[in-house]
Amino acid sequence: MSDAMVAEKPAEKTAKPVTILQALNQALADAMAEDDKIVVLGEDVADPEEGGVTGVTKGLSTRFGETRVRSTPISEQAIIGCAIGASLAGYKPVAEIMLMNFTTVAMDMIVNHAAKLRYMSGGQTNVPIVIRTMTGAGFSTGGQHADFLEAWFAHTAGIKVVIPSNSADAYGLMRSAIDDPDPVLFVENMPNYWTPYPAFDAGHRVPIGKANVVVGGSDITIVSYARMMNECQMALAALGEAGVSAEIIDLRTIAPWDQETVLASVAKTGRLLVVHEAVVPFGVGAEIAAVVQEKLFGKLKAPVARVGAPFNPVPFSKPLETAHVPSAAKIADAAIALVQGNH
Amino acid sequence: MLTNSHTPDAATQVEMFRRMALLKANDERSRKVISTGRLIMPYYSYRGQEVIPAALSVNLTDDDYLVTIYRGIHDMIAKGLPLKQLWAEIAGRIDGTCKGKGGPMHLTYPKKGIMVTTGVVGSSMPIANGLGWASQLSGDGRVAVATFGDGASNIGAFHESLNLASVWKLPVIFLCQNNRWGEHSAYAKTTPVARIADRAAAYGMAGIHVDGNDPIAMYGAAREAVERARAGEGPTLIEAMTFRHYGHVFGDADAYMDKAYKAEWVAKDPYPIFRAQLIADGAATEDQLAGFERDAEAQLDEAVDYALGSAFPGLEQLSSDVYGEAA
Ligand SMILES: Cc1ncc(C[n+]2csc(CCOP(=O)(O)OP(=O)(O)O)c2C)c(N)n1
Repeated sequence: MSDAMVAEKPAEKTAKPVTILQALNQALADAMAEDDKIVVLGEDVADPEEGGVTGVTKGLSTRFGETRVRSTPISEQAIIGCAIGASLAGYKPVAEIMLMNFTTVAMDMIVNHAAKLRYMSGGQTNVPIVIRTMTGAGFSTGGQHADFLEAWFAHTAGIKVVIPSNSADAYGLMRSAIDDPDPVLFVENMPNYWTPYPAFDAGHRVPIGKANVVVGGSDITIVSYARMMNECQMALAALGEAGVSAEIIDLRTIAPWDQETVLASVAKTGRLLVVHEAVVPFGVGAEIAAVVQEKLFGKLKAPVARVGAPFNPVPFSKPLETAHVPSAAKIADAAIALVQGNH
Repeated sequence: MLTNSHTPDAATQVEMFRRMALLKANDERSRKVISTGRLIMPYYSYRGQEVIPAALSVNLTDDDYLVTIYRGIHDMIAKGLPLKQLWAEIAGRIDGTCKGKGGPMHLTYPKKGIMVTTGVVGSSMPIANGLGWASQLSGDGRVAVATFGDGASNIGAFHESLNLASVWKLPVIFLCQNNRWGEHSAYAKTTPVARIADRAAAYGMAGIHVDGNDPIAMYGAAREAVERARAGEGPTLIEAMTFRHYGHVFGDADAYMDKAYKAEWVAKDPYPIFRAQLIADGAATEDQLAGFERDAEAQLDEAVDYALGSAFPGLEQLSSDVYGEAA
């Protein structure tokens, strides 16, 4: 990472590709410049602690001060509790939980409190916080540092869950998450932080709850999100060779997910494959499959299929870790089988 | 040593008693209404603990924040929770503070700084820190109070919260109401230190061990903590020693408690003691204090009638207030 982080520069449209990491940094900086109620807290987030372990918050404390960008003790419950309390008093905290697995340590604060205070108070209070966290297999970190737990949170009323797959969406979803009046879990993907993606307009928003049809097609709908979007796009070559026309949808928001866009696509193609890095059982794919069969029963030309990680913890050993994560080949095979009727 | 400024004057003492009279009457009415079957709810009686919130609340303003727990209705009434809306809420009615959707364990009333009530042991503390952080950020001088029980000091959130509050010098008061039991477990069965206040030292924080049934001492402790917080000198852990007269939850038969021990503590009920003291000191007359008690009963008659006459929420309330409208 270069030190010349976007936090230092005015927001501007640039033709040069932007990494997700830069996009997130810029989104935070732009939001903080516009609204002094936005504060950032988490382990090592301030510049004396290097602006976050991967540098997402680099430059922010230098620009906005260490009262607004505050490094915390290693205390996940205290971090989320602090964000909740400050939000009840009119602030808009962006809290970082370094890794998604560590959200488990703060589940009480997230699930019992952040998600429910609006409802339990009869709408008298609300909790406009963003919880940033990162995850993803590929770094040989083993079983406690790479899980995708989005389904746990999507299963909780009162919280929203977003997962961008590219820089423009990372920026636009972060701005929308900060604008949002309710808690938003913002999941970042470690393996593609440093991947350059097309540039975007500073200030733009990606609405929460709106999926993106990335590739049009007619034989099958593939719904995915996060880094699996890369694998889906890489599967396009094999699909093309097999004569399969796939429509690829980037869900972007897990909760509330964009039923309208997905149902319209599946109504057209008659087939659906859901792809995620999380384990398959009880995952996001299960919910999408249930809704699609309820709404489109009789219009489906094949059963809804899912590709995801097998039902085991993320393994350490490289060949096992690689096998754990869905690949372009697996996705292509599954899609082709559905279209050819070999399911 | 308590300084003079930490001793309440006669008028303040009388006001503390007035609040205690309301708390005691409210608890008695709650148990009566439940036992006659007019309301069904989990009820955690605070009878015996009235001094603590009475002495705290006279040191706070409406703008100060409170985060309390399931056994916290005394904390909230002392802080100004209106009785009608309280009763409508615990009756599950639309006119309750939370439209009937929170209930006795989640009462909320931001107009009086009552920000969160939690049913999870230990969870008041991390959130009070955030409210204190907001005061620190805006410099508005507000103090945030987290109340909790002795059992809660064995939860991880206690450690995380006290550590963070101390290192950030947050204007937070951690008020432990040590009633010597956590559910059915006696203090010594679960807690290896003689005093919870001693734990403050581990966080470089001021710790006060006080008789929470002694109105003058409790006032002094609260005052000291509030002054420290307002002066930007950081948090305080107060351990206020007390006793709950009616067990953990309504219907608890107290079988786990030694009868003689309980009798000894019930005999130390701070309410009649403080009442007699005020009269003996000439701070108040019998008529005046009896007037507070009659007034409390009258307010409760009105509140209970209001609650039971209020409508249940319509089913459109079932799925509203889950999310707000995006701006
Ligand atoms: C995390 C959690 N564990 C267990 C419980 C069940 N529970 C409710 S109250 C209680 C006892 C708490 O005792 P203490 O903190 O001393 O407070 P008190 O009830 O005596 O006021 C327990 C175990 C809970 N609500 N939350």
